[in-house]
Amino acid sequence: MNIHEYQSKQILRSYGVNVPNGKPAFSVEEAVKAAEELGSKVCVVKAQIHAGGRGKAGGVKLAKSIDEVKMYAKEILGKTLVTHQTGPEGKKVNRLLVEEGSDIKKEYYLSFVIDRATAQVVMMGSEEGGMEIEKVADEMPDKIIKEFIDPLIGLAPFQAKRMAFKMNFGKEVINQVAKLMGCLYNAFIGKDCSLAEINPLVVTKDDKVIALDAKLNFDESALYRHPDIEELRDESEEDAKERAAAKEGLNYVNLGGDVACMVNGAGLAMATVDIIKFYGGEPANFLDVGGDSTVEKIAAAFKIMLAGDQVKGIFVNIFGGINKCDIIAAGIVEAAKIVGMSVPVVVRLEGTNVERGREILKTANVPEVIMAPTMEDGAKQIVELVEKSKKNA
Amino acid sequence: MGILVDKNTKVIVQGITGKTATFHTQQMLAYGTKIVAGVTPGKAGMKVEGVPVFNTVRDAVEATGATVSVIYVPAKFAADSILEGVNAGLDLVVCITEHIPVLDMVRVRRYMQGKKTRLIGPNCPGILTTDECKIGLIPGYIHKKGHVGVISRSGTLTYEATFQLSSAHIGQTTAIGIGGDPIKGTDFIDALELFNEDDDTKAVMLIGEIGGNAEEEAAEWIKANMKKPVIGFISGRQAPPGKRMGHAGAIISGGKGTAADKIKALNAAGIEVADTVAHMGETVVRVLKKAGLYDECKTC
Repeated sequence: MNIHEYQSKQILRSYGVNVPNGKPAFSVEEAVKAAEELGSKVCVVKAQIHAGGRGKAGGVKLAKSIDEVKMYAKEILGKTLVTHQTGPEGKKVNRLLVEEGSDIKKEYYLSFVIDRATAQVVMMGSEEGGMEIEKVADEMPDKIIKEFIDPLIGLAPFQAKRMAFKMNFGKEVINQVAKLMGCLYNAFIGKDCSLAEINPLVVTKDDKVIALDAKLNFDESALYRHPDIEELRDESEEDAKERAAAKEGLNYVNLGGDVACMVNGAGLAMATVDIIKFYGGEPANFLDVGGDSTVEKIAAAFKIMLAGDQVKGIFVNIFGGINKCDIIAAGIVEAAKIVGMSVPVVVRLEGTNVERGREILKTANVPEVIMAPTMEDGAKQIVELVEKSKKNA
Repeated sequence: MGILVDKNTKVIVQGITGKTATFHTQQMLAYGTKIVAGVTPGKAGMKVEGVPVFNTVRDAVEATGATVSVIYVPAKFAADSILEGVNAGLDLVVCITEHIPVLDMVRVRRYMQGKKTRLIGPNCPGILTTDECKIGLIPGYIHKKGHVGVISRSGTLTYEATFQLSSAHIGQTTAIGIGGDPIKGTDFIDALELFNEDDDTKAVMLIGEIGGNAEEEAAEWIKANMKKPVIGFISGRQAPPGKRMGHAGAIISGGKGTAADKIKALNAAGIEVADTVAHMGETVVRVLKKAGLYDECKTC
């Protein structure tokens, strides 16, 4: 789960990380009021969206007067920002962060992530601040410094100092940097983060170490123990269909095409998206209905897929292991009654109780539902049917 | 033969009194698995499907001599259940539970260092040695005895691959689902090592997906060490970057962990990769024929 920069900074401040004074604003008036309260000579007006690259897209402006704060707030609020992380459709700005400006001497990069290979938290840093870490990794991998952290010890002070020295911080700020690293690690562990990133981490001209930007991502599986984080969820930042699916306990990712699929199991669901594309279709979504499908869940899945006019055909690909094919088939028939099938539905059933499942679909005789003998055949059929319906339209 | 579990393996079910655990205990017993004990704190003295229940794993081990456990415990408590299994000195712990917080697994892996217990999972379908022992969720009836091993990060793709193999008359030794989480126990290389040493296994089907670089590392290991043909499949070619595709571990981050990279690495190690999920079985057949192993592997 993602949150906004200003929320991340509030959390980090509570863990003792030095962040600039700032206030969120939802309107131009609030932005002006925030700037007045800050009383700083220079203010930064920052668009709050769940994506990086805001500066290049015109979402971060330096204001030298209250009038400029007003002007930039007007300009940015309601604007759709397109960055390398938003996709071509961009993201609409509904919130701002108004912050005091900092006199920057040098920018650095600092983050904590989980390293899969060592099953440890790793701290990563670089003196190439402001740059994306992936770019640094590609272009100058030796500029990335790492410290692996023993979960039983935590981030040891010697590791933090070693890191700070290797990142070429001046010796006058080493202790400040090491302390900030410790605070950031505590936030990472304390809130079950999957990413804690400060880019840039800056040293100011008066030798203060400040987290100028902050990004925290959280482990969805651990949210049950952090109701305070769950409250920060901004639903306007999430895809409406993905959100609706999550509420039904379905795993759904919108892929933008017109051939939908409904599958049991994440691996098979990914592979089904791939096979639709392989035969020339444009996948509309990834959808895993899970291992304990009920009629209600399947009906909900159809409702989500058919919402709007995005989808021109649906491929149901089920391998009944624990899921039984007859239950799935009954679910499809029921969903057809509740939701109404407006597009062709090709169904491939295999595995437990497959004969009974096929029988149920045959007997129900829903005109839009077509049985496929194999997965390959089913994928080809749905792609052809969608092509045909597009030509006729 | 096969790896890790066989007809003599004595198994404990942790969390046996839960609904899912009870259902699968019944299924495992029906397959012939020696389920000798269950554990649910506070339920000692009870019986589930005729299996005696104990308060702790240690009690269950002392009373029955079990060496393996399978965990069907809710995510909040599952990491602790793994610790308990490791602490009791089990040889193998299989954790089915999905959605264990990642940082809990970081601590579990640290605790396991220097201890003898092997972990499979979490977030996995378990392990099945054909006609001998089924631990977890894998449906038994799709398996036919034979000489191909299956390793997969995905549950349903384990079933799909096994089904396609059986339909193509290619039987299996052991199928092992290593799970879809980013931090887990047994990984591809661990399982490949075991299959490499198993005389009964003549070839291995390896099913990977986006996220991490375990497939790339496996490819290198195979090139250097594997004595048997390996056939690959990778799901998630169309996955957009930064999106989690169902599994906690299935995410392309920072341009790393793409299906294209994994397929390239496997191909570079001489491993044939099925082009679609529907062609896993026939790709195995083609590779077996090329290697002169087809007649030997056509067992069902």
